[in-house]
Amino acid sequence: MAERGLSRRKPNIANYMDYTLLFIVIFLLGFGLVMVYSTSSYSANLQFDGDAAWYFRKQLWATAVGIVAMMVVANIPYHFWEQFAMLGYIVSVILILLIIPFGTESHGAKRWLNIAGISVQPAEIAKLGMILFLASMICTMGKSIRQKKGFFTVLIVPVPIAIMLWRITSNLSSAIIVMGIAVLMLFVSCPDYKRFVILGIVTIVAAALIVLVIVKMAEAGVGEDGGSVGGFRGARILAWLDPEAYAIGKGFQTLQGLYAIGSGGILGKGLGNSKQKLGFIPEAQNDMIFSIICEELGLFGAIAIILMFIMLIWRFMIIANNAPDLFGALLVVGVLGHIAIQVILNIAVVTNTIPNTGISLPFISYGGTSVLFLLIEIGLVLSVARGIRLKDL
Amino acid sequence: MMRETEHSHKTFHRKKTVTVLFICLFLFTVLIGRLVYLMVFQSAYYMEKAKELHERERSIKAARGRILDANGEILADNRTVCTISVIHNQIEDAEQVIAVLSKELGLSEDYVRKRVEKYSAIEKIKSNVDKSVGDTIRAYELAGVKVDEDYKRYYPYDSLASKVLGFTGGDNQGIIGLEVIYEEYLQGEAGMILTVTDAKGVEVPEAGEERIEPVNGKDLYISLDVNIQSYATQLAMQTLETKQAQSVSIIVMNPQNGEIMAMVNVPEFDLNHPYTLPEDLEEADLDAEKRQELLNAMWRNGCINDTYEPGSTFKTVTAAAALEEGVVTVNDNFSCPGYVMVEDRRIRCHKIAGHGAENFVQATMNSCNPVFVTVGLRLGVDNYYKYFQQFGLLDRTGIDLPGEAGTIMHKKENIGLVELATISFGQSFQITPIQLAVTVSSFINGGKRVTPHFGVRVANSDGSGSQSFNYPVRKNVVSAETSETMKYLLEQVVENGGGKNAYIEGYRIGGKTATSQTLPRGSGEYIASFIGFSPADDPEILALCIINRPQGTYYGGQIAAPVVRQLFENILPYLEKMDYNNRSDSNVSRF
Repeated sequence: MAERGLSRRKPNIANYMDYTLLFIVIFLLGFGLVMVYSTSSYSANLQFDGDAAWYFRKQLWATAVGIVAMMVVANIPYHFWEQFAMLGYIVSVILILLIIPFGTESHGAKRWLNIAGISVQPAEIAKLGMILFLASMICTMGKSIRQKKGFFTVLIVPVPIAIMLWRITSNLSSAIIVMGIAVLMLFVSCPDYKRFVILGIVTIVAAALIVLVIVKMAEAGVGEDGGSVGGFRGARILAWLDPEAYAIGKGFQTLQGLYAIGSGGILGKGLGNSKQKLGFIPEAQNDMIFSIICEELGLFGAIAIILMFIMLIWRFMIIANNAPDLFGALLVVGVLGHIAIQVILNIAVVTNTIPNTGISLPFISYGGTSVLFLLIEIGLVLSVARGIRLKDL
Repeated sequence: MMRETEHSHKTFHRKKTVTVLFICLFLFTVLIGRLVYLMVFQSAYYMEKAKELHERERSIKAARGRILDANGEILADNRTVCTISVIHNQIEDAEQVIAVLSKELGLSEDYVRKRVEKYSAIEKIKSNVDKSVGDTIRAYELAGVKVDEDYKRYYPYDSLASKVLGFTGGDNQGIIGLEVIYEEYLQGEAGMILTVTDAKGVEVPEAGEERIEPVNGKDLYISLDVNIQSYATQLAMQTLETKQAQSVSIIVMNPQNGEIMAMVNVPEFDLNHPYTLPEDLEEADLDAEKRQELLNAMWRNGCINDTYEPGSTFKTVTAAAALEEGVVTVNDNFSCPGYVMVEDRRIRCHKIAGHGAENFVQATMNSCNPVFVTVGLRLGVDNYYKYFQQFGLLDRTGIDLPGEAGTIMHKKENIGLVELATISFGQSFQITPIQLAVTVSSFINGGKRVTPHFGVRVANSDGSGSQSFNYPVRKNVVSAETSETMKYLLEQVVENGGGKNAYIEGYRIGGKTATSQTLPRGSGEYIASFIGFSPADDPEILALCIINRPQGTYYGGQIAAPVVRQLFENILPYLEKMDYNNRSDSNVSRF
């Protein structure tokens, strides 16, 4: 323990930099920029009077700022942040609440805050805040987490944030991610398996029941357009089951994405040659970017990107398992959870494996706040990695 | 102690993190499986769908070539019509588009709605819309509605020569008649504009635009003469009505080169409304199959598609074969007792009392069955069959119309003396009217078997690039001598024999009558026919008139010969005035 403490205080001794992780992240960022340009240039050209690089430039700036932030965070010992854990939680709540009076609306959803001319998504801040807060809380709880009370405390802590994200910003996917991060961190810090299996089964059964009820109600002819059946989500679930029947409504985006993916075939149409990005898939640079990757680079390109994400998760696992202490390990597990859940949900949505819910592909989708906060998270992970003594490996 | 706890913590933490990794790997594998399914097994389906969405193909129709008669009269022309389509992404007010299109085009709202709301690059709503309707729709200036001009076939003479000209279908392709046979010349090549569009329907410049210019079809010049055709049609209609016949066919052709100047099959049908049945049938409630059957019957060209038992006109074949073989001369004497015994069969002459003593010329004038049976038997089966082949009776004529029927004839080994006897006066087998006309032509034109035809040449609409058709002619089908004799014999038939009703003062006309029974025999229905030509010594025109199932008098000499006479009375002076056969090089009439 004493040894460990020493190494923390003198980071330049046995200094470890995870270059593999760094390389994977830089590769994904570079690839993301290429794809953002590829997907957005046509519509940007029309939208901004011939400025085809509009989205690309904004993303490039966000990425540059993010890389700087990452480097700064990576060089700060991660325990420095522990003291801000509670603050992070409170700031998240406040920012989300601020959306009610000050939020800016885009694409029919109020999710952004304009702070000094930069639009920020509080949801992204909340995810990072939640990782930090839970890591700190679980460390403080120690063994009491194994009791029922501790277990449920950890489970209940993210619920207010999740509910606010869902109800205020109508951003169900961010709510799911926040809950997912919490469950994953709880899973890793608890020796128990049974509870999680039960939790998993209950979630799946509940989801299946909801789908069943919606389908039955639709069959009974209640609310043809899904208006009265579970509202917004009800129609989404029906569109998920049969996107072609809802081709002009809720199934539109999904169907257009499937056209893109399917028409890519094994080798794809070649970089830049997507047709679906020419306005057929609205905002192709956002959530649906993976479908354009499939269309342009084919099955091979898609699998290559998935492999990059698998390697990224593998690196997180290595770092988490060799972290100098539980706080560091939990931080990395939180980041792992955040990125893994988001990638899996995004690809599942794009391939119409699950009902459509707006979720972006980490590092690749267009979005400044997202890329900035992801890079800060990577900075945290790198900082944890720095604490690893090489002889521990 | 503390270190141990830390250590045990670490062990299960590690295990759990590894579990998380494996859960992720499992989920990624499922997603890759899903991708493989979509991108390999469903790829073709989505590729097709995506292509439908992206490519806007607009064809530029080629104008179909016109059909012009011997005088340059237009028989088939094009009229501008419109095709109405919608471009989904350019539509601003879908409800208005649906309302206007369903109202103006007379389509159900559901039908239009389905197409307007379909998400595709371009969707056709209706084609062959009158130009006036197209202009009305264009005047609404609806965003997303496209009115493309297009051609539709138009026949200025409505029903004239309907079964010869034929008509075209929805894609301007020939369905029957000359429109089918000359499809390759008439149709031209459609041009095409193929563009890739973005979601707003804006053409994508980088994707390039493929444009292929249309090549208009060539005009077809045919030997048919509108004036002769019109007059022949009038005569046929008049006969049809006065004789209450089922149908009347008239073929007028040039026996020297096979050019057909008229081909009438009444009742004809309206080429501009080819799918409308005659009124009495149109009112009946017919199922689709029955209706199609009736349409096919209405479109049938009896001169070519149907066979009949030619009867006495076929005695020309027996005479020509016998003369050619030398088994008979014009001066041979015969005696007709009113019947002739062939094996155990007694074949009657149409004159029950018999014609008595007569030479071959008189026998031909009298159309005497026993004499022709005798001559046929003199020829024998082998010789008769040989001439059948030599005259081309077993082959099709090769006319440039679709669906020519073949000859229905006994097999050679099945021809006994009785069969030979009946064949000799034109019974027990069937040929098409055009076959008879061509065969008789070869007997009177010096022995040339010509190919009957309408198509003379094709040329571009400005007259350039003229290309004439050549048709095979087989010479020495009969000798020149036999041909001279045949002309003499047949002129005698009209001057003094059974064909005297076709006689016109001041013209030399040859011909032969026939009255045959419809099959099956004994129905009491007949086919009266007459084949005539003029001038008898150097024929330039040949006409065949067939009256199918007339009521009342049914003898060819009494009802068919007068039709040909009336026809000749009018068209012979017309041809002289037109100087028809020497238009290009001489003003001297050959009549």
